[in-house]
Amino acid sequence: MLDSVVFYFFATLTVISAILVITRRNVVHSAIFLATALLATAGIFLSLHAEFLFIVQIIVYTGGITVLYVFVIMLVNLDVALHQVQFNRHWLVALMLTLVLGAQVALALTLSRGSLYALPPAPVSALEPNTEQVAWSLFHTYMLPFELASVLLLVAMIGAVVMSKKRV
Amino acid sequence: MNANLIFEALRPYLLPVLFALVIVALLPLVAGYIVLVERKVMADMQVRLGPMRVGPHGLLQPIADALKLLLKEDIIPESADKFIFWVAPLISVTAAMLALSAMPIGPFFQIADLNVGLLFILGVSALGIFGIVLGGWASNSHYSLLGALRSAAQLVSYETSAGMAVVGTLLLAGTLSTRAIVQAQADYGAWFVFGAPIGFFIYLVASIAETNRAPFDMPEAESELVAGYMTEYSGFRWALYFLAEYTNMVVVSSIATTLFLGGWLRPFSGTPLFNFLDGFPSLLMLGIAGYCFYRAPKQPVQVQKLFMVAVGLLCGAVALVMAAPLLAPAGSLVASAKPGLHGAFWFLFKVSSYIYVFMWLRFTFPRYRFDQLMKLGWQFLLPLSIVNVAGIAVALTLHRGLGWPLSASFSLTTVLTLVAAAWLVRVGEKQPVGIAAEGEMAGDA
Repeated sequence: MLDSVVFYFFATLTVISAILVITRRNVVHSAIFLATALLATAGIFLSLHAEFLFIVQIIVYTGGITVLYVFVIMLVNLDVALHQVQFNRHWLVALMLTLVLGAQVALALTLSRGSLYALPPAPVSALEPNTEQVAWSLFHTYMLPFELASVLLLVAMIGAVVMSKKRV
Repeated sequence: MNANLIFEALRPYLLPVLFALVIVALLPLVAGYIVLVERKVMADMQVRLGPMRVGPHGLLQPIADALKLLLKEDIIPESADKFIFWVAPLISVTAAMLALSAMPIGPFFQIADLNVGLLFILGVSALGIFGIVLGGWASNSHYSLLGALRSAAQLVSYETSAGMAVVGTLLLAGTLSTRAIVQAQADYGAWFVFGAPIGFFIYLVASIAETNRAPFDMPEAESELVAGYMTEYSGFRWALYFLAEYTNMVVVSSIATTLFLGGWLRPFSGTPLFNFLDGFPSLLMLGIAGYCFYRAPKQPVQVQKLFMVAVGLLCGAVALVMAAPLLAPAGSLVASAKPGLHGAFWFLFKVSSYIYVFMWLRFTFPRYRFDQLMKLGWQFLLPLSIVNVAGIAVALTLHRGLGWPLSASFSLTTVLTLVAAAWLVRVGEKQPVGIAAEGEMAGDA
């Protein structure tokens, strides 16, 4: 019962903030609601005892990426952007895509025969600490792919720095 | 459902909620008194008296200041974004206070011992940057925006170094839970500052930069930016930013205490020979009480004399509370309160010392230039912190894999890291100024 209350609280918060992200005309307001939506998602992770995902969601998405967005947005001249026609010319395509997606979700919901109550998370004692689990799979099971991905990111980062520098 | 069942269901939440209320209620007062201490320390270093008028030795100054800020006119600039202007200081304060919830103030007094405690503290306190950036933007003023941009650039730069310094100690502790980190230091028999002295140095510098304090207080450099992101704020909203700033100071000091200075552990907590140190809390408080009684007759006004005596009595009472568990017979309830009480004392004592070092540095060093700040962060601290993590990993491998004694392996890697630091300094000095000037980007924008 309590699990359902917590789940629906965070879920409602996520959905409302997500809607506000795309309906606000002011980009900074959108960025704030994006941060709220991401935080609420982190709350859902926490209610499922996925502490590591919860905190990574906050550090990477809210603390990192959204701050970066806000940083960039502040440098843009907002007064001009407010009066420009924004990307809503393709509303017909968007509507059709939304309908298809909605139909899929509805189908999944009816087929799964689930109830409206959220399933209770597994008891804490039954779970191994998930920080250790993540570390184990990253640095042991998937060591090589992980390191390759890191090198790839490093190359991309250095490339971006070199390309954006005025003089080398 | 009867009342008993509901009580049983809520039971695990009672103590944490109580602790949280205590922290939220006391923190503004504590922040106010940190400001007073700072002004007093500053005055002492500049051979002045500092605030002396409100209460004996200015002891009531913070309360007068808070009252003044509450009664001040609340100004919102006409062209400001009202909603964000209103919400930004709240974000800063909330983030700073939330970070305190995972902090173990003694083995007993902790709101929540999270499995990912340290990451939680770092991640949540990093959210405070939102408040600064949004507040600066919403004010619709150039000074504010530039201050906010500088602040964001500075925080992002130094957070990486601080994070790497923390990673070094996490390798030593092998856990993210704050409580287990302190326990690990008890098991090693040494605070981690001795295992990773360079990591501690990096964290010290980075934490000063992260809290926007002198010598790194570029975001609010008066001579350049008026008051940075706070320029348009006044009255209570301004006070909230101030509260967030001082809470952040407490947060970074608590992180440093937990990670490097042994948290709530007494110095030499594992050696029975040093058990006489248990008397230190009571003696310190007794000393302060004695000084208050000594100064009381010299106060100019009757009320101030009485107030001084009251402060002295309060310190005496704290001394009694600290001494009670030592004097009580072993095994009694009072004696069993000793770890909690003394742990809290040592934790707060270490946090206060760390904050004192902050103030000391503030009044000793002149302010950095922005490009120097960026250069220090990216070209010296960050490479050094990476070398430091590698050094600790090597030392641990030598200890666990090859069976070297801890002291030998850690001395070796510390010396190697110092060599790397010296090399970094040399390289940095040779570099032409032109490259550093590009760090000005955030300032130009």
